[in-house]
Order: sequence, then structure tokens, then C-alpha cells
Amino acid sequence: MDFTFTEEQAMMADVARELLAAKCDTATLRRQMAEDAVFDDARWQALSELGLQGILVPEEAGGLGLGGADLVQVAQACGAVCLPEPLVDLAGVVAPLLAECGASDALARVLEDGALIVLAHPLTPFVAFADKAKAAILCDDDGLRLVQRADLTLTAEPGIDPLRNLFSVSAEPGAGERIAGPDTAPALLARAAGRGALFAAAQMLGSAQACVDLGVAYAQERKQFGRPIGVNQAIKHHLATAQVKIEFARPVVHAAAVLEPDAGPQSRARISHARLAAAEAADLAARTAMQVHGAMGYSWEVDVHFHLKRTLALSSLWGTAEHHRKIIAARVFDGPLGPDQTFPQERHHHG
Amino acid sequence: MDLSYTPEQQAFRAEVRDWMRAHVPAEPPASFDGSLEGFEAHREWEKTLHEGGWGMVTWPKEYGGRDLDLIRWLIFEEEYYAAGAPLRVNQNGIFLLGPTMMEYGSDAQKARFLPPMARGDEIWAQAWSEPQAGSDLAAVRAKARREGDEYVLSGHKIWSSRAVNADWAFGLFRTDPESERHKGLSLILFPLDTPGLTRQPIAQINGETGFAELFLDEVRVPVENRLGEEGEGWAICMATAGFERGLMLRSPARFQVAAKQLVELYQAHADDCGPATRDAVLQAWMDADAYALSIYATASRLIAGGSIGAEASVNKIFWSEMDIALHRAAISILGARAELMPAAPGAGDVGDWLDGYLFSLAGPIYAGTNEIQRNIIAERMLGLPRK
Ligand SMILES: Cc1cc2nc3c(=O)[nH]c(=O)nc-3n(C[C@H](O)[C@H](O)[C@H](O)COP(=O)(O)OP(=O)(O)OC[C@H]3O[C@@H](n4cnc5c(N)ncnc54)[C@H](O)[C@@H]3O)c2cc1C
Repeated sequence: MDFTFTEEQAMMADVARELLAAKCDTATLRRQMAEDAVFDDARWQALSELGLQGILVPEEAGGLGLGGADLVQVAQACGAVCLPEPLVDLAGVVAPLLAECGASDALARVLEDGALIVLAHPLTPFVAFADKAKAAILCDDDGLRLVQRADLTLTAEPGIDPLRNLFSVSAEPGAGERIAGPDTAPALLARAAGRGALFAAAQMLGSAQACVDLGVAYAQERKQFGRPIGVNQAIKHHLATAQVKIEFARPVVHAAAVLEPDAGPQSRARISHARLAAAEAADLAARTAMQVHGAMGYSWEVDVHFHLKRTLALSSLWGTAEHHRKIIAARVFDGPLGPDQTFPQERHHHG
Repeated sequence: MDLSYTPEQQAFRAEVRDWMRAHVPAEPPASFDGSLEGFEAHREWEKTLHEGGWGMVTWPKEYGGRDLDLIRWLIFEEEYYAAGAPLRVNQNGIFLLGPTMMEYGSDAQKARFLPPMARGDEIWAQAWSEPQAGSDLAAVRAKARREGDEYVLSGHKIWSSRAVNADWAFGLFRTDPESERHKGLSLILFPLDTPGLTRQPIAQINGETGFAELFLDEVRVPVENRLGEEGEGWAICMATAGFERGLMLRSPARFQVAAKQLVELYQAHADDCGPATRDAVLQAWMDADAYALSIYATASRLIAGGSIGAEASVNKIFWSEMDIALHRAAISILGARAELMPAAPGAGDVGDWLDGYLFSLAGPIYAGTNEIQRNIIAERMLGLPRK
């Protein structure tokens, strides 16, 4: 038992954080937003060159053959800066799905050329930056198919998050290449949803901490009644309450990261728990940061609103709260309970 | 105690309902924060209301009102919100400045300002906050220098709702340059299109420029534009804030209608909802009900000669937190569509819940933050020691 990250895992996250600090700072994001160009090709290129897309792809399929624990802190870092580009979806969901489907050509384009491929999952029907994708994975009654960009019909779906452009994605019935049939597709989609929920949780965790940090910084510098607003217990308690939520979401998210998404009811429940706890922390942290900033927090002047909107989106993707509570109910009411059941012993298998 | 409407009150309700049915636009006007057209469409609606005699039913007849009591006002509001009538673009005028002026203004001021306010010819903004004076409003620095029969206004106001397009503002200024804190402040009315005044729109969380920053550089107004005595500004503002937090700003009907819509949304999606959502919906409905009962009790007490004190702070906390919880319940029902704008092709029945949710998040900030209200309740209502 060792619930710490390895040196390599910490380094991977540091590298990502550094790159994001340089290329995804708020001044850059605000400029790109004003220019209506929030998807930054140069940033995408730089992120691609880190090779993160291959983390969850087995070595025999050309990837790094690592696990969720290697990606989870990178996802937190992406959430902390409200990264526009869908790196986490690509590395955390799409690349392993392509590997599981044996779609080796498409996978090679992702791993070698930094191509973006997106997934229109029934639980995430509105796809971020589908317009920048080279291809999309679509679901139908016959399973999954990979459809090239030229054969896709995209409909813009304006949303509240100014840093993610959303689309509905469809194609003619016969278009594209079948990559999974009706027998295997449901299990593949379930695994994708598990990973989606896990890495959405990790992004929300990063966002939550960024919000508390914004609130703390402002509470120290903003003065009213002749002293920093942070001397008031009302403000201290708000921020401390949000931090407590974060502290008890983080270990759940990290423990969920080592699990195979569909290994069994216990693994599924842990991922759902991570998703619920992270969403609660992120939502509270964003609203707290807004409250601490007063009217400033309700404007576009500070970054709080980016986080608030991103969390609103992430917490309704990959299944609603009710969906995840049902998964937890199945584990709690029908599964083995007790302190020896903390760590699921369900079989870990690779697709 | 008699918790039933009199036949006259019932007849009044029917009269309001008929009028609203005949006049409320089928297509709601565009947001008053989003564009000048939206703002002006709301001004037109104020004119229509006024022509029908419904602009401000509690005001005296001479200023365009009907001289009705607070129970009638509540009934009016119930029918108003139930009919889906537009938001009141002149709310800072009719709900805040109007009542304040009736109490503190001169006859000449009432005659000059109240009729065009009631007609919607002059839309008002509130200019109290400054960058360094938010919760600590007594830190106001903007100055009004007396020169003959004029005041010369200079300073920087911020977060002034609807001031981007409004016509007039009522501001808090330091008339005594030597004064500090609550002393030496005065309430002064100034037009928003006047030499020396620059307005800078500020985008709110939904991207619409619902606020303005006001830079005043030697703006001249006649001394008659001061409301109340020189140096009395603080006391008057606190009275106005009482109206704002207390009854007028948020009548219960708004939340009862929202709760009803939430119940309908839930029923349309009940198959996808679990017990947590169901409980949130029921709680929202109960809270809206409790708020209405509380306001009816307050209104009855005021009619009997009572006054409103710390319950203004209690109300403000209750309605602002209820509003957030109510909208959160709706957001959770909408699932993946919750983040879409209503115009998105895939949005379906998302309606205005998202915008309403974002706006609800401002509730604990404006009209005095909830932290400050809790301090007031603890100190003035419960008698806990001040620092
Ligand atoms: C939607 C909206 C509309 C508005 N419209 C207007 C308008 O039309 N006209 C106008 O003049 N103003 C308006 N305001 C401004 C509003 O009055 C101020 O936002 C409010 O007074 C708080 O001030 P602030 O934003 O400077 O926050 P601050 O005072 O800086 O407060 C920041 C945080 O510190 C907390 N805090 C400060 N002091 C204490 C204390 N002693 N104890 C505990 N906590 C404390 C606050 O509660 C808050 O959480 C509006 C604001 C909003 C959000």
C-alpha cells in the first residue's frame, strides 16, 4: 500500500503545469476570447508534443501503457487553468477507446500527428471543438463508427462556457468506418463514460483549488472597513469550508484514477463518488470565490466566472448526479461493506 | 386573524388579471441589459403599464398611482408575475428612489421627478458603490463641492445597474470635504447624459453589460437636486436600503412563479429524476410558500402601523438563498443541456434557467452582501456583541 504519486508521475504533472502556466495564462485566454479564437493551434501543438495522448494506450498499440494515476494530475492542471482544448478528453477517453476498438490507423494519427478525434457519447451529446477534429466517433444502433471530418455535419450549439465551442455532430447513415459492432459497443461506451467521469472529476478538482486560491488572494488584498476582508470570520469560514470539500474529494479522485472503469460495481461506484465529490467541491469553491470577490466576482474582470461555467458544464457531462448516485446505490445496497472493502479487489483488465 | 381575501380584494385580482391578459406581450422583450433595443422595449412596457394605471399601485394618485395598500400590492405582484410580464427596468426608481423621495423629498422634487419616473420617461440608476466603497459604503470618496446654487460632482462610481442606458442616477456624495465615514454625506440626483460624465459599460457574468462605471469630472447640478438635508445622506440611504432588502425589491410572487415552473420542469422529466432532485423541487416550493407567508405577515403588520427593522436583512438572506437553490434544482434536471444557451438548436426546453441561475448567484452580493446581513441580524436582532 502506497498512496503517493511516483516521481515520474509528479514530473509529468509539473511539465504540464509549466507549459500551461506559459501558454494558458488568463491574459492569453482573454485575448484569444476577444479574437474569437480560443482553440489555440500553437498551444495544442505544444501539448501534443508532451505525448500525453498515449498515456492510457497500451505499449503494443503504440502508447505509453501507463494508467489513470499518470494522467489524473495533468487533468487537474488543465482544470486549474480552464484549458480550452480537449486534451483531457482525447488522452483520457478517446485514445484508449480507439485502442480498445483496434482502430490502429486513427490511433496512429492521434499519437503521431497530434490529430484531434472527438467522441459524441450519449452522455456528452454536445462535443467541444468538433470543428477542430480530424474525425469523430459516433454511436448508432450498429455500434461505433469513425467518421472523417469531411463527412460530418456539425451544428453549433452555443453554450455558456466562453472557452469551449460546442457542436452537435452527425453523419449520413452509411458514412465512416465501423470500429465496434452492436455487441461490444455498450461495454466500450460504459468504459468511456467511466473514464470521462473520472477525468472530469480531476479537472473539477483542479478548478476547485484554483477558485479557493483566487478567493484567498483577493481576501488578503481587498480592504473594506480599513482592513483586509479576509480578517472577517465570515470570509475565512467560507473559504475554509470549500477547502474541506476539496480535501475530501482529492483522495477519492486519486484512488479512482488507478481503477479500470468497468471492473465491477465497486470500481464504478468509486469513480461516481469521485465525480460527485469533485463537482460538489468545484461548485462550492467557485460560488465561494464569487462571493468573496463581491460584485467583481459577478463581472468578467476576474477569472472566477470561467471556473463557474466550466464546472457547470463538467458536472452535467458523463451522467447527471442522479446517474452517479444510482451507481453508488447499487454498490452500497448490494455489495460487500466494511473496512476491509476500502480498496476494490475487482479484476483489472485491459481491453 | 383572517387568512382569506375580501370580495373587494378578489375583484381587484380579477381586474389585474384581465388587464394583464390583454396587455402582456406574447413575446417577451429582449433583455434590458443586452441591448439598447431591449432597454427601450422595457421602457415602452413601463409606459403601457402607466397608461393602464398599473405602474406603481401603492403610490398616491397625484403621482400616477392608485393609493392602494400593501396587500393589494402583493395581489398585483402575484398577477403580474403569473402573467409573465416583463421585469421592471425602472426598479431602482419606482421601488427605491420613489418611496425615499416621498419620505424625504420636497414638494417641488416630488412634482418634478415622480411623474416622469412613474411614466418611464426617466429611468433611474443607483450610484452609491465605489471601487473602495462596497460593503463599506461609508468610505465613499466622490465629492460634491458647493458653488453658489450648484453642486460640482467629482468621483468614480461603479456597479451601477442599468446605468449604461438609464437617464438619471441618485448618488451618494461627500458634501463636507472635512468629513469622515457616515457624516458629511448627501444624496444627490444627477442626469447621466451631462457634460463631465463618462459611462463605461461593465460586462456581467452572462456577458451582458448590465453595470456601468461612472466617472464624474466636475459635473454641475443645481442644489435643488439634493434629496433631504445636506449631511443627511447616510440616514436616507439606510432607509432606502431598508426598502430594497425588505419588501419592494423581491416580492414573493416572483419566486412562487419560478417554483411553479420548476415543478412543471420536474414533472416533464420525472422519469430521469431521482429522490434528491425531487426533494430539491419540493423544498423550493415550500421555501417560496414560506417567503410569501412571511411577507403577508409583514405587510399586515405594516398596515397596522408597525415598522420594518432587521427583518429586512432576514428576508434578503432567505430569498437570495432560496433563489439559488431553486435554480440549481432546475439545472440538475436539465442535465447535459444545462450549459446551452436557449437559442442553441439542441437546447430543447432549457428556457431561461441558466441565465436565471447565474443571476441568482448575484443575490447574496447586491443590496448588501449576505455576510453583512448576517452581521446585522446577529448584532441588531439577536443582540450579540459588536467587535
Ligand atoms: C448584480 C449587482 C448589481 C448591483 N447594482 C448596484 C447598483 O445599481 N448601484 C450600486 O451602487 N451598487 C450596485 N451593486 C454593488 C453592490 O452594492 C456591492 O457589490 C456590495 O455592496 C458589495 O460590495 P463589493 O462588491 O465592493 O464587495 P466587498 O465589500 O469588497 O466585499 C467582498 C466580500 O467581503 C465580504 N465582507 C466585506 N466586509 C465584511 C465584513 N465586515 N464582515 C464580513 N464580510 C465582509 C463581503 O460580504 C463579500 O463577500 C451591485 C452589485 C451586483 C452584484
